[in-house]
Amino acid sequence: MGEQCELKYTDFKSDLGVRWCPGCGDHAILNSVQKAMANLKVEPHNVAVISGIGCSSRFPYYMNTYGFHTIHGRAAAIASGVKVANPDLHVWEITGDGDALAIGGNHFIHLIRRNIDINVLLFNNQIYGLTKGQYSPTSKRGFISKTSPFGTIEDPFRPGELALGARSQFFARTVDKELKLSVEVMEEAAKHKGTSIVEILQNCVIYNDKTHEAITDKKHKADRTIVLHHGEKMIFGTNKDKGLVLDGLEIKVITIGEDGYTLDDVLVHDAESHHVSMHRKLSNMDYPDLPVALGVIRSVDSPSYDECVERQLKEVQANSSINTFEELVNSGDVWEVE
Amino acid sequence: MGRSSKVIERDEVVVRFSGDSGDGMQLTGTLFSNTSAVFGNDISTFPDYPAEIRAPQGTIGGVSGFQVHFGHTEVYTPGDYADVLVAMNPAALKANRKWVKPGATIVMDVDSFDARNLAKAGYETDDPITEDKLGDYNIIKAPITTLTKESLKDMGLDNKSILRSKNMYALGLVYWLFDRPLAHTTEFIKKKFAKNPLVVEANLKVLKEGYDYGVIIQAVTPSYHINPASIKKGKYRNLNGNVAVAWGLIAAAQKANLELFLGSYPITPATEILQELSARKDLGVKVFQAEDEIAGICTAIGASFVGDLAVTTTSGPGLALKGEAIGLAVISELPLVIVNVQRGGPSTGLPTKTEQSDLMQALYGRNGESPCVVVAASSPINCFEYAFYAAKLAVEHMTPVILLTDGFLANGTQPWRIPDLADYPDIVAKRVPEDGKESWMPYNRDPETLVRSWVKVGTPSLMHRIGGLEKDEKTGGVSYDAESHEKMVNYRQCKVKRIENHIPEQDILGDPDSEVLVVGWGGTFGHLFTAVEELEHEGIGVALAHFNYINPLPKNAHDVLIRYKKILVCELNLGQFANYLRMNFPDILYRQFNKVQGLPFTVIELKEQFKKLLEE
Repeated sequence: MGEQCELKYTDFKSDLGVRWCPGCGDHAILNSVQKAMANLKVEPHNVAVISGIGCSSRFPYYMNTYGFHTIHGRAAAIASGVKVANPDLHVWEITGDGDALAIGGNHFIHLIRRNIDINVLLFNNQIYGLTKGQYSPTSKRGFISKTSPFGTIEDPFRPGELALGARSQFFARTVDKELKLSVEVMEEAAKHKGTSIVEILQNCVIYNDKTHEAITDKKHKADRTIVLHHGEKMIFGTNKDKGLVLDGLEIKVITIGEDGYTLDDVLVHDAESHHVSMHRKLSNMDYPDLPVALGVIRSVDSPSYDECVERQLKEVQANSSINTFEELVNSGDVWEVE
Repeated sequence: MGRSSKVIERDEVVVRFSGDSGDGMQLTGTLFSNTSAVFGNDISTFPDYPAEIRAPQGTIGGVSGFQVHFGHTEVYTPGDYADVLVAMNPAALKANRKWVKPGATIVMDVDSFDARNLAKAGYETDDPITEDKLGDYNIIKAPITTLTKESLKDMGLDNKSILRSKNMYALGLVYWLFDRPLAHTTEFIKKKFAKNPLVVEANLKVLKEGYDYGVIIQAVTPSYHINPASIKKGKYRNLNGNVAVAWGLIAAAQKANLELFLGSYPITPATEILQELSARKDLGVKVFQAEDEIAGICTAIGASFVGDLAVTTTSGPGLALKGEAIGLAVISELPLVIVNVQRGGPSTGLPTKTEQSDLMQALYGRNGESPCVVVAASSPINCFEYAFYAAKLAVEHMTPVILLTDGFLANGTQPWRIPDLADYPDIVAKRVPEDGKESWMPYNRDPETLVRSWVKVGTPSLMHRIGGLEKDEKTGGVSYDAESHEKMVNYRQCKVKRIENHIPEQDILGDPDSEVLVVGWGGTFGHLFTAVEELEHEGIGVALAHFNYINPLPKNAHDVLIRYKKILVCELNLGQFANYLRMNFPDILYRQFNKVQGLPFTVIELKEQFKKLLEE
């Protein structure tokens, strides 16, 4: 492995006892992240894990890396400073639906727009857990919670749609308990140069239990989700006989061999297409009309901000007549008093 | 060249250039200042411009001014009242009427004094001289617009470009008034418009003709003569407070051997620091123009965590937005410089005007027990020094430092003697020694300074986690333990307090034996000191203690204050520093002189106050 030594996922575990509720989806996500990092062979001291506030934001304490548990909504901004200051670091941002999409919405969209090379894990449980059960910006319309006893009267954000609207070049979705898929998606996110958004459908066992269950439980997930792979046909279902086709401008589910549809009619996933419209359609698919898309939905190469910062610094330095403090202060209108 | 007219010999003179905000008065004023500085005068300048980029033409709201004070002695303020006013239109005259000395010289572009413009400026008659009671003044009615048009009519310039040159005509005339050479401005114009030879030619032509107009009218107009000042040898340049802050930070990064990172969001009157540092990619400065004030400081905190000299710059409303994040820097004990260029408040307030009303916000504007170092610069050029020392304290004491300047310092200029960085101390962060890695814990402290070590993220075997939650006193792990919390609160407080051992003692200027002590802080220094000096020349002794270190206060602050029978705390707010002193040293009686008009003190009003107190 050259200079890189073999790493085990336990190398990324800190000594601190994990304090999430038993049964919380965060435990599984922690395991996935540690496995992904071991697979990626990044040294723990070259990793910085930055979080905001919320249950998920306790995450850095459990990682044997550099970590910063910051303030509500600001993880994206602090992580931006970390990455730009030292682009050699592997920077992960851990955030939740409240942290990233409500109080931190502005930083979330601008991080994506700038395309700073940060891997964002967005834990979406559609509830405020740490403050004990208020609706969040991803709670469905009509959702009953402590602050919406009569149901919410507002539409939720769809994180994928928001990210793509902010010009995201990498968007993926996984489920907390799907370890294999999560590890795969996180590795893809880490390898992508630029901001990677990974939405993780996460279960809050106390305040919003089974919120994703309709699509993620064992019995139904094959028929109610579709795992996308770049270059492969969009096929799903227990019997792998269902496919996605375009019907006019809309995506439609068909059964292969029925109504005249063959495998040839089924769409092939192109995660690397610059055109965002299909990615938006895929990320917006929702049960019961359509299967929920999992896996890497969009992954497009584009210059990262941090890379551009370094490049511009070098270019300017190579061409400037000012290269030292002394040259700076002596430039322009200077006169001598004798 | 022979001068037949009366020549007024003066130690110092104040000139104010005033016109519509599109008339180029800032450039005209700057060129005149630089010429005077190169000639050897000490100078101090201040621009006064409206918040609107182009307020309605010809109205008082749209008047843009630039004042320069120069002399053959040292000058510390841009001057209270003008000896010479250049008024490019009636609004400029109207707006500045109360800022000219009795009998002053007023240069008017008579072409713009037509009925329409007079009405727009609020004159009720067609004779502003009489209406404003300027009969005894030395009025130079120059048809500047007509003469500029006449001069450039055959050059093939469009009308707009011709009119744009009239400020150079006015400048040429003022150069004649003060017998100043045109060489410096000529060079500037040649360089600035190098790509457009026609514009160079036009500007130089009207500049020269403006000067010649002075020669023609000299029989009726007195001119001024001011000798060069005796100034310390060295290389000089003009510098305003904002650029001085930017350069002080660059110098600090160099002395600390750190990369400089600025996270900031544009806000008047602090934006120029962001702009200057953005241009300094040539020196490796990383600037992040953030999506908002909060992201500005948060990116800086991220950079500080990683190991950069991290800075955020703002003005009052922005400081309010940064409050929570400053608390994060306090509890995580990371170095951070927060520059607050104060302006009139509250809320959006007076964006382009000066005030000192953010002191309490800087000291206490956060949740919890959240001590910050607070330092205040007191002249445009010492913004360089205090930016440097703010960075030094932040890095060496692992704490956020708020540097207060203000709109007056930010935009004011003075000649700056270019320093040798070798004369500045190194900035040395506390690091984990190679052989100390085993026993190191993130919140181990130096027993004397209480400072923890700063670890660059990426260092092998020192991985650790920090955050905004209260922490264990050694490991930095989360701790809600009651006694531990109190201990940490005290550590953070004491750490800042002990910085008093690392800052200079408070000195006293003026007459130390007077029974009256004038106390000031920050940007009012020039006016307070000038008032004290002028009284001294009149044989009246007053002492001055001007504070730059606010938190912690210098160790001897109480000893200094207690010696005086009468203390007058002067500040551009309702008494925030006075109240801070009352809280720290309640055994002393403080009188106050306050002004909250978005304007600096005038030396005249200060002298009156001091005299009154002496007579009490």
